Order: sequence, then structure tokens, then C-alpha cells
Amino acid sequence: MVPLFELERAYELAKTDPSFQTQFQDLLKNFAGRPTPLQFASRLTAHLGGPRIYLKREDLLHTGAHKINNAIGQGLLAVKMGKPRIIAETGAGQHGVASATVAAHLGLECVVYMGTEDMARQALNAARMRMLSAQVVAVDSGSRTLKDAINEAMRDWVTNVRTTHYLLGSVLGAHPYPTMVRDFQSVIGREAREQILAAEKRLPTHLFACVGGGSNSIGLFYQFLRDASVKLIGIEAGGRGGQLGEHAARLAAAQGFVGARPGVLQGTYTYVLQNEDGQIATTHSISAGLDYPAIGPEHAWLADQRRAEYSAVSDEAALEAARLLSRTEGIIPALESAHAIAGLIERLPQMRKDDLVILNLSGRGDKDMDTYSRLL
Amino acid sequence: MSSASPNSTRISKRFAELRASGELGIVAYITAGDPSLDATLKFVLALAEAGADVIELGVPFSDPLADGPTIQRASERALKSGTTLAGVLNLVRSIRQSSPPANDVPLVLFSYYNPILQMGLEKFAAAAAAAGADGVLATDLTPEESGDYRRILSAHHLDTIFLGAPTSTDERLAKIAACSSGFLYLISRTGVTGAKDALPDDLPALLRRARSVTQLPIAVGFGISLPGHVSVLGGLADAAVIGSALVSEIEKATVPNPTTAAIDAAASALASRLRALKEAARHGLSRREAPMHRGKVAP
Repeated sequence: MVPLFELERAYELAKTDPSFQTQFQDLLKNFAGRPTPLQFASRLTAHLGGPRIYLKREDLLHTGAHKINNAIGQGLLAVKMGKPRIIAETGAGQHGVASATVAAHLGLECVVYMGTEDMARQALNAARMRMLSAQVVAVDSGSRTLKDAINEAMRDWVTNVRTTHYLLGSVLGAHPYPTMVRDFQSVIGREAREQILAAEKRLPTHLFACVGGGSNSIGLFYQFLRDASVKLIGIEAGGRGGQLGEHAARLAAAQGFVGARPGVLQGTYTYVLQNEDGQIATTHSISAGLDYPAIGPEHAWLADQRRAEYSAVSDEAALEAARLLSRTEGIIPALESAHAIAGLIERLPQMRKDDLVILNLSGRGDKDMDTYSRLL
Repeated sequence: MSSASPNSTRISKRFAELRASGELGIVAYITAGDPSLDATLKFVLALAEAGADVIELGVPFSDPLADGPTIQRASERALKSGTTLAGVLNLVRSIRQSSPPANDVPLVLFSYYNPILQMGLEKFAAAAAAAGADGVLATDLTPEESGDYRRILSAHHLDTIFLGAPTSTDERLAKIAACSSGFLYLISRTGVTGAKDALPDDLPALLRRARSVTQLPIAVGFGISLPGHVSVLGGLADAAVIGSALVSEIEKATVPNPTTAAIDAAASALASRLRALKEAARHGLSRREAPMHRGKVAP
């Protein structure tokens, strides 16, 4: 607990430390490439014949996904705390690449834990991390995916805590991580809110984002929480069916996805996919970044409060959506972000033509070309 | 807070006896259900017979993030054999119905929090107490979040044991101790469970810090495997916890074929390990330095 207190203190200080904030903003702008565009998706809009759709182009960031926002924030925090070594877990590999990138940029040692199943399906990202001179450690326990990578990273952290900062990539784990990661990602919604007001002179009616742990979605949603008219919609991975083990949908019981109950995993009390004895379930998703049995606790709270809605789409629907976006907009999305597009498509019957959508295109699809090319 | 819980458990009694004799206790950890609950019963009988002062039964969990590879593998084997928390509580009942000394050995359930939470705190505490368990250690439950848990467990006369770490400040150690009853479990080094060659140099200092904030008996675990470690701890700690080294013996004997003969071989390997550790505890440095932990330790 003491290292968590230390981190919380460092983070609280950083919030009001002008030198930290200046560096953070500078790196977001000049290293990562912020602000990202809010692009009107004219052909997708025309094709679907429904609401006006804007894409928040986080896929255009350096390293190819929103993960870099948080990695820069925590990387700077590691430097402030005098920790020369960072460790990270990764599922899709985007957080691993972002961490390795920031570590190289700031001169920190970096070790990334990645499940062997994910290393196989996201081989490009594993290679990118090595190119950035991070050490990639293969995790061969449990389901060999994100959950197991987090277990192994936590074991490393408790062992090397005096020299090491754990750069956790999503709104998961013990306090202060869910809050801190949300804050570092909330730049997405801050920009998007200004951009949509400038472009359309009104607030959006709907926000869509995919939810694994939930960092890109909370990053988009957070700035709109008080705008009661804005519907917040998180899309989970429905995998290949509703049975436990076949999906990663924690908040979609209404759609027949079974197995989620409140529980404790990796320091968080939230909805967790588990069996009746409290053993954590294995999950399935075609998308490594969504393939995780728990959801960020703030999403659990937003769902319970009915402030945000959550639903799940299948592997197949996500693949179809990825092809559609590629064809209509000339953008190959990450498989994770493709879930958000599929979620939007499935909701069209309930939407009106004058609705206004912001969809978070959280990452680009380069890393998923192996999966995509098998379908061509 | 520790004084608020009824201090009449087998655990407190055993530590009082150890203090009186100036001998270092041995706490033996094994993962319940590895390779089967029937096998675990045999192992517990053997360990108790060989002189284990407290036995910790690990409740297997799918995501044992405080554990090193040895206990991770044991948890996987135990889950594969169908072990559940309810099954482990049945095992506790069987141990209590067995013959001396196992029927009276102090038993601690060592679990991650989620299986307990899913059973329900009240149901779990009632069942654990009825089965004959003496204490519970929930590895991933922090003192901050433990209010209901401690209230309910102590109402059922179960000790609540929490972990202190080398990174814990004096203030933190005091808080952990205040939430603990039975004994305080100190982690010898930063890290996960698993046998190591040497004890960390700063362990005596950590023990002194812990002594200065609590009167509770102190058991030291994580990385302790050899009689030599036990000798060094005598006079510093009240007990040493041996886990992965015992689990390794079980693995060596029963993987991949947990036959009856293999399980019997594992049981006698556990017994001889335990006897060697008890021997070291009796004849090592423990006697010489025994008085150290009785009085107040100077800061």
C-alpha cells in the first residue's frame, strides 16, 4: 500500500505543479501530436443514412492509439518520483508500445509483460517494443492474455517497487490508477467537446467508444458527464457468444452475456466475469485490447447510475465494421475501435437523422493486419 | 483492535506456548486440493505429526498475484482437481475429526478475497468457524477495506491476519497490526512467495520496527525454506512460515502422476522437511537469543 500512497502523493503534487504540466502539455503536442482532429465522416454518414458522425482521430497519434496520452503522464511521474525503471502490461500491444516509446524518450528502462496468445496475434507490436529497446516478457499463465500480463506486472512491481514505477495502461487496479489514468486520458473529451461546438454549434447527442478496461471511453466521456443530454455508450466485446468464456462483456447481461458479478480482481471492486466459486473466468474476443474479465470501476458506477449505457457486439460485427470504415472513409481502424463502430451500427434503428455522434477512433489497424488479411 | 477480538483461539494458545518455551514456531503452508483434497488431508496429518505449530491452507485462486511460480502451479493443479472454497472448508472439518495432533493444530485459511466475497462474508465466517478453522488471511484485502470483514470474522471467533511488508512505514505497520489478531504476518522481502537462498539483510531491522508497534506474535514468511533461515530467525521472530519449499516437495512427488504411492511419498517428504526445520528451530540460535523478543525492544 505504501507505494500506492507514494504514487497518489506524487500525482496530487503533479496536478498543480506548473513544471510538470508544462512538460506534459509540451509532450502531448510536440511528441504525441495533439490535438487530434475531429473529422466529419461524410461517406460513413451517407452510407449509414442516419445521424451525423464525427470521428475523434486518436488513431493519428504517435504510436497509433490513445494509449500514449497516459504513458506520457505516468512516464513523467516516474521521473518525478526518481524511478529509473518502468514496467507495463499490454494486451493489444498499444499500451506496451506507448510505454516503450515514452521510456525511450525519457531515458527510462522498460519491461513489458504480454500474454503469449497476444504476442502471437499482435506480433508487430511486440517487435516495435523490442525496436524501442524495451524487454518484452512472454506470460504463459492462465488465459495468456491481458489479465495474466497484469498479474505478472504486479508481481514484478511488488518485487522491485523501490526502483520501479508500474505504468498501468487502463482505468484498472487500485487507487489512484483508475482516477489518474482517466485524468490523463480526459484530454480526448476536452478537445472533442470544443471541436464539436466549433463545428456544429451544439453538443453531440451520442458518444460511442469501445470498452476493455475502459480508458479511451472514460477519456471521451468524462468531459461530457454533466451534459445530461449527451448519451454515453460503451461497446464491449461480445466475442462469439453469451456463454462464460466466450465473451468479454461485463455490463451486457440484458443481451444474454452471462457471468458478470461484482467482485475483486487486481485491486479493484467492480463487475467481474467469474464462476460461482469466485474464480475469474477466461474471456474471448478477437480484439486483444478488449479481452479482459473486469471493467474499470468508474464504468461500473456509471452503469449502475444509468448515466452511461453499455452493450456488446460480436467478433463478426466488429470485423464487418472495420471493413466498412476502411472502404467508406479510407481509415483502417484497430479491432478495438471497430467494436465502437459496430455498436453504432447496431443502434441505428433507435437513432434519428438529426442526432449527432462522436465516435472515438481510439487506434489504427496496422497491428491487426494479420487478422484482417485472413478475411480478404 | 486486536484486544477486541476474543483471544482464545488455538493460534494464540500455541504462540503463548512457544513464547514460554523460547522456541521459534514453524507455520507450514500448503495449497489445499493439490493434487486433491484427500491428499491434502494426508499432508496435514503428516505435518502436524512432525510438529507444525500452525498450518496454513491455501485456497486456490485463478489469479494468485501475490504468489511466485511454485504456488501458482499448485493453485492451477488444485483448481483443475475441482477444489472450491466450500471444499476446503469440508477439509477443515475432516482435519478436526481426525486424530491428535492434527485435530487440534491451529488452522489458518490463506485466500484471495474474491472467493470469500462471493460466498458471502457471513456465510463464509459461519461455515469456517463451524468447520473448525482458527484464522483467515485474505492476501489482497487492505486494512482500509476490511471493516465489515473483521467485524464478521471476529464475531465468529476467527482471527484476522494481515500482511506487513518491508516497505510498510512504522505508522502503517501499527495500522496493520491493529487490524490483525492471532499473529502479524511479516513479509521478509519485497516480492512474491517463493524459496530464496538467503534472507534479506534488512530483515532484523524490519522485525525490530514491527516489535515496537505491536505485542502480537510475529511470523515471517516469503522466501524462507531452509533450516539455516530458521536458525537465524530464532530470537527475532515468533515463527517462520514455510510455503513454497513444501509445495515443491508435493510437486516433485506427485506431478505428473498423483498415485497413492506418490501422495504417501510426498507426505513423508513433507514430514522430514518439517522435522529438519523444527530441529533447527530448537537447536539453532533460537534458544540463545530467545529472550530478545520478550521485553520491549529498544528503538
